[in-house]
Amino acid sequence: MSRPTRYRSAAAGLVLMLAACGQVNVPRNTGLYLLIDTSGTYNKQVLKAEQIILVALSRLQPTDSFAVARIDTASFTEKNIIAKATFDDRPSTANQQKRAFASRVEKFIDESSPAPFTDITGGLLQAIEYLKEKNPGHKEILIFSDMKEDLAKGYVRDIPLDLKGFEVVALNVTKLRSDNFDPREYMSRLDTWRSKVEKGGGRWRVINDIDRLDGLL
Amino acid sequence: MSMTSLLAITPWPAVSAVILLTLLVVALYLARRTAHQAIRAVTDALGRGLRLASHAVARGEEKLAARNREVLLSAGREAKERIVEREFVRVGDTVRKDLANYPALHRALSESIVRIEEDQEKAVEVPPEAPGWVQAVKVIANLDAKNGGAEILEDIHKSMVRAHSEAMDDYRKASSERHALLRKMMPDWRRIQETLGRVNKNVESVLERALAIDRHMQEYDDIVRGEDRAVSILSSSSLVYFFVSALVLSVAAAGAAINFTLIARPMAEMVGGTSFIGNFRTADIAALVIIMVEISMGLFLMESLRITRLFPVISALSDVMRRRMMAVTFIILLLMASIEAGLAYMREVLLQDELATSALLRGDGAGSVVNEHLWITTAAQMGMGFILPFALVFVAIPLETFVHSLRTVLGLIGIGIMRAVSLLLRVFGNGMRHFGTLVERLYDLPLFLPLWIESRVAANQMAQESVAMQQVMQHVVEEPRAWQEAQS
Repeated sequence: MSRPTRYRSAAAGLVLMLAACGQVNVPRNTGLYLLIDTSGTYNKQVLKAEQIILVALSRLQPTDSFAVARIDTASFTEKNIIAKATFDDRPSTANQQKRAFASRVEKFIDESSPAPFTDITGGLLQAIEYLKEKNPGHKEILIFSDMKEDLAKGYVRDIPLDLKGFEVVALNVTKLRSDNFDPREYMSRLDTWRSKVEKGGGRWRVINDIDRLDGLL
Repeated sequence: MSMTSLLAITPWPAVSAVILLTLLVVALYLARRTAHQAIRAVTDALGRGLRLASHAVARGEEKLAARNREVLLSAGREAKERIVEREFVRVGDTVRKDLANYPALHRALSESIVRIEEDQEKAVEVPPEAPGWVQAVKVIANLDAKNGGAEILEDIHKSMVRAHSEAMDDYRKASSERHALLRKMMPDWRRIQETLGRVNKNVESVLERALAIDRHMQEYDDIVRGEDRAVSILSSSSLVYFFVSALVLSVAAAGAAINFTLIARPMAEMVGGTSFIGNFRTADIAALVIIMVEISMGLFLMESLRITRLFPVISALSDVMRRRMMAVTFIILLLMASIEAGLAYMREVLLQDELATSALLRGDGAGSVVNEHLWITTAAQMGMGFILPFALVFVAIPLETFVHSLRTVLGLIGIGIMRAVSLLLRVFGNGMRHFGTLVERLYDLPLFLPLWIESRVAANQMAQESVAMQQVMQHVVEEPRAWQEAQS
């Protein structure tokens, strides 16, 4: 092999190595933020939320981030976060964190009390902030709610959502009494949220059968 | 220019087509000779090129075959040298061992023989004494009976009987002593027999080795002379070695895969479970590297033990350095094996932890119950983690065989491919000539009409020429005849 050819081969090898190393920095982890609606009658559904949390915990991997927050009257606050964790790189430590997380969620489920108002947008804004800070490879926001927003007086939530790279999944969107009278209300509610999310650059999905969470994560 | 515009040269497309076709045929007819020459030139050039390429490939194949033969003979020579060397070492060991014992053996044999000789001398049979009374009895018997000869004879008889009895007792005693001596010789005889048997066995072993060496030397001689039979044997042996070593290597690869499974999960605890290098998990790469390092250490150990000869540098090291290297590689291997055993234990612990967490998340209390016989699995995993690195050491032997036989097998494959390519090129080269003829015929196909006219014209011309020729011939024959007639 002549000298220039050898140099070219070495340079090509170096480039390949750098390319391979470059891929190390691409995040492959997942960031998951679960919003649980605790307003009014929907508070009775939180037991189902626990099931979803446990499923999520069993599927999350080391270095993934997970946070569970409550939707109540004012949801755009860190105080509403019930439990949050970024799992350690070592599988054994990640398992310990998952167990601790599960016990914190269990405590919350036991002590959950209904909230008078439903600030979904505030919760979403908080979720976006949290996940952007964590900067995972895949960002997913789960909203466990009937998707009926009911803001208290004085709360401004007419804010565009920046959901580029986010996947928003509405879970267990139950029908309200009024929806039964006029199903168009339910449909228009979901359409409103869909357009809001898609306008923000995110992807929208609805999963009502929580026994079939195969597509989740 | 499109077909539509071409057909529009006259108001009637059919007429346009006929005109165009006629023009095309005329053009093709006019260019026929040149086109044929061009086709012939191209196909001949291609054919010649392909035949040339075929010859070149055939020459390459011959060179490769010669090179392969050289490699095969060289490898065979080396292998035979090793075998003969080993046989000589064995013979040397046997001879050294026996010669070392020879003085003791000789002394033991001499002592036994001396003892036997002594006993033999002692055991010589003493003939009974000749009777001394016979002459006296004869004299007394001739005496007169009055002189009391009878009484004397009676006394003599009694004395003789007594003497005989005593002599018989002495004789029996002596015989008994002789037999005792002979009995004493038995162990000596046995010892001699055993010693000589041992000597015989050793001599036979040396003779067998000598026969084996003779056979190997004969084969070595054939290889050195480069005989076809030797090449053929080496070639088939090489193929057999290749397949056998490939089989053993695949088994070793399966072992390495099990080893990998044992340590890949716990490695995630050391290097992290989610970091990647390229598309591969760092933990997996780390586990693979550990296995590769173990295999490398195994190779070096085998080289240091002179079981394999993949690295001439190691073989050329001094014995002291080689022993040091042996010790170092063995210690590293032992440490690696211990680490693997630890990792295998850690794997089980992690697995249990994961199962317990999953059970908790499922809300399944029964899932966290620990099996009381779990220690068996754990111990088995640890044992495998410890043993597999040492088992992988022996990969060096089939690897060496594989590498050596691979050269020959690749050479044989190369020869086969080159032979096939050469044949194909030759076939294509010859086919080009026929292809040229075929293309010429295809060219002539649309020109059938002008060619037919041409052939008719040529036939007419031939006919006219022949008529003219006949007239000329007739004139030539008739004119001299007329002249002769005129003369007469």
